[in-house]
Amino acid sequence: MKTEETVELTETFHKKIVPEPVIEISNLQKSFGKQQVLKNISLKLFSGENLVVLGKSGSGKSVLIKCIVGLMTADSGTIQVFDKNVLTLNLKELSELRQKIGFLFQSGALYDSMTVRQNLEFPLRRIKRDLTSAQINEKVNLVLEHVGLVDSINKMPSQLSGGMRKRISLARSLVADPMIMLYDEPTTGLDPVTSDEISSLINEIKKSYKTSSIIITHDIKCALKTADRIIMLLDGEVYKDGKPSDFNKSTDPEIRSFFN
Amino acid sequence: MKKYIPIKKVKGFATAQSVRLSEKTLAKTQKAGNFLTDIADVSLFILRVIKETFSRNFEFKEFLHQCYQIGYKSLPLISVTGAIMGLVLAIQSRPALVDFGAVSMLPAMVAVSLIREMGPVITALICAGKIGSGMGAELGSMRVTEQIDAMEVSSANPMRFLVVTRVLAATLMIPLLILYADGLGIIGSWAGANIKGDVSLSLFFSQAFSSIDFADFIPAVIKSFFFGAVIGLVGCYKGYNAGRGTESVGIAANSAVVLASLLVLVVDVIAVQITDMLVL
Repeated sequence: MKTEETVELTETFHKKIVPEPVIEISNLQKSFGKQQVLKNISLKLFSGENLVVLGKSGSGKSVLIKCIVGLMTADSGTIQVFDKNVLTLNLKELSELRQKIGFLFQSGALYDSMTVRQNLEFPLRRIKRDLTSAQINEKVNLVLEHVGLVDSINKMPSQLSGGMRKRISLARSLVADPMIMLYDEPTTGLDPVTSDEISSLINEIKKSYKTSSIIITHDIKCALKTADRIIMLLDGEVYKDGKPSDFNKSTDPEIRSFFN
Repeated sequence: MKKYIPIKKVKGFATAQSVRLSEKTLAKTQKAGNFLTDIADVSLFILRVIKETFSRNFEFKEFLHQCYQIGYKSLPLISVTGAIMGLVLAIQSRPALVDFGAVSMLPAMVAVSLIREMGPVITALICAGKIGSGMGAELGSMRVTEQIDAMEVSSANPMRFLVVTRVLAATLMIPLLILYADGLGIIGSWAGANIKGDVSLSLFFSQAFSSIDFADFIPAVIKSFFFGAVIGLVGCYKGYNAGRGTESVGIAANSAVVLASLLVLVVDVIAVQITDMLVL
C-alpha cells in the first residue's frame, strides 16, 4: 500500500517527467467574413516550453495568439489556459487570467504619450495595487536591467530605436511576472544582430522567469535558436509538429521552402 | 410551414430582373441590420462607460490630465471665438436696433442671444471640431498601433483609463468653456457697441445682466453638459472602435467631428423644445 508521502513523491516525479500543458487548444476555428483563417487548430503548450509557431504571412499565426488572450473571439473550439476556457470567461475572469500572460506585440505597442518608466509602471500599478512606490521602482529597474536598458528609463518611445522599443516592450510584458509569454513576431523589422539579441533574450527570460512561451515567427534563425518544439501552420491548419531537428532534416518541400 | 428557398437556387429559373430585385432587397436588409447593430454597439458602449464610471479604481490622475487637455488647452481658441462672436453680433444687430430707435436694447439682446443659444451652440460646435476630432484621432491611432490592445492584455482596463476619463472631462469642461465664451462674448459685444457708440463697460454689463434671469441661464447650462457628454462619447466611440489601417485614424477623427456636430444640433433642438414647454 502506498503511503501519502509516496503518492506525493510520485506526483512530483510525474510532473517533472511529464510536464503539464498550460495551454490546450482544441479544434479552434476562426473566420473573417468568408475567409476561414484558422481551420480546426489543436495544439498544446507544456510548462516550461518554448513553442515556436511558424507559418507564412496570413497563415493565422497572430490570430491564434490573439484568440488565446481573448483579443479576438474564436468561432468555435476550446482554448484552455490553466484549465480555464478563454471562450467562456467573463471580462473580470479574463482580466484575472491575462495577469498571468505577457504579450509582446509585433509593433511593440508602447504607450507613446508616456515615458519608458510610465510604460512599465502602467500595468504594475493596476495589477499589483498593494505594491509601494519604492517596490514598483525597484521592480521597474530590475526588469530594465534584464533587458539592458536602465539608461533609457526617462526616454519617450519616440526617442528609442526599433530594437530598444522591442526590449522595452518585452520589459513591460515581464514586469508583472507572467507565467506564459506570447511573442508576436519578436524579430520582425530588426537587423540580424538585434534579432539575434532578442532571440537570446527570449531564452534568458525562459530561464530567469520560468515562463512557458509561444513564439510566432517566420524568422528561421530565431525559431531554431529559441524553440523546444516547432509547429508549422499552413492554410490555417497544423501542417507539422516536431522538434527543431525534425524540421531541419525534413525533405518536405513546404518545410524546406522555409528552412533553405 | 412555408419553406423559403435560398436565392442561389432560384437563380436558375428566375428572371434576371427578379434576381436583381431580390439581391437589392437582401442588401437593403443587410444595411438595416448593420444600422441596428451600430445602434446596439453604441448603446452597449454608453452602458459600459456608465458602469465603469461608477466602478472602483477611478483613474483620477488621468481625469485631471484630460480636464487640463480639454479645458485649459482649449482656452485660446474659445477666447478668440467667444470675443468675435459677441463683437460680430453687436456690429450686425446695431443698425437694425438704430432703425427702431432701440439701440439701448443692444446689451440685453446680445446677452440673451449669447447665453441662451449662440454661446452654447457655437462653442460646442468649435469643441466638437477641436476636442471630438482630437479624441477620435488619438484613440484611433492607439487602436491602430495596438496600444489599446496592449492595455487590455495587461489587465489595465482601457475603457476606464481612456474613455471614462475623457467623457467625464468633456462633460465637465465644455460647460465651463461655454460660460467662459459667454463672458468673453459680452465683452466682445461691448467692444462692438463702442465702434459706433459710446457706452461704459459697467453700464453695458449691468444692462446685459438685468435682462437675464434663471430661465435663460439654467436651461443653457444644463444643455451644455449634454453637449459635453455627446462630444466626449462620440469622439471616444469613433476612436476606440477605429479600424486597423492608418486610414481609419482619419476616418475616426472626421466622423467624430461630423457626428458630434450633428448631435449637438439635435440635442439643442430637443433642449429648446423642452425649455419652451416648461417655461410656457
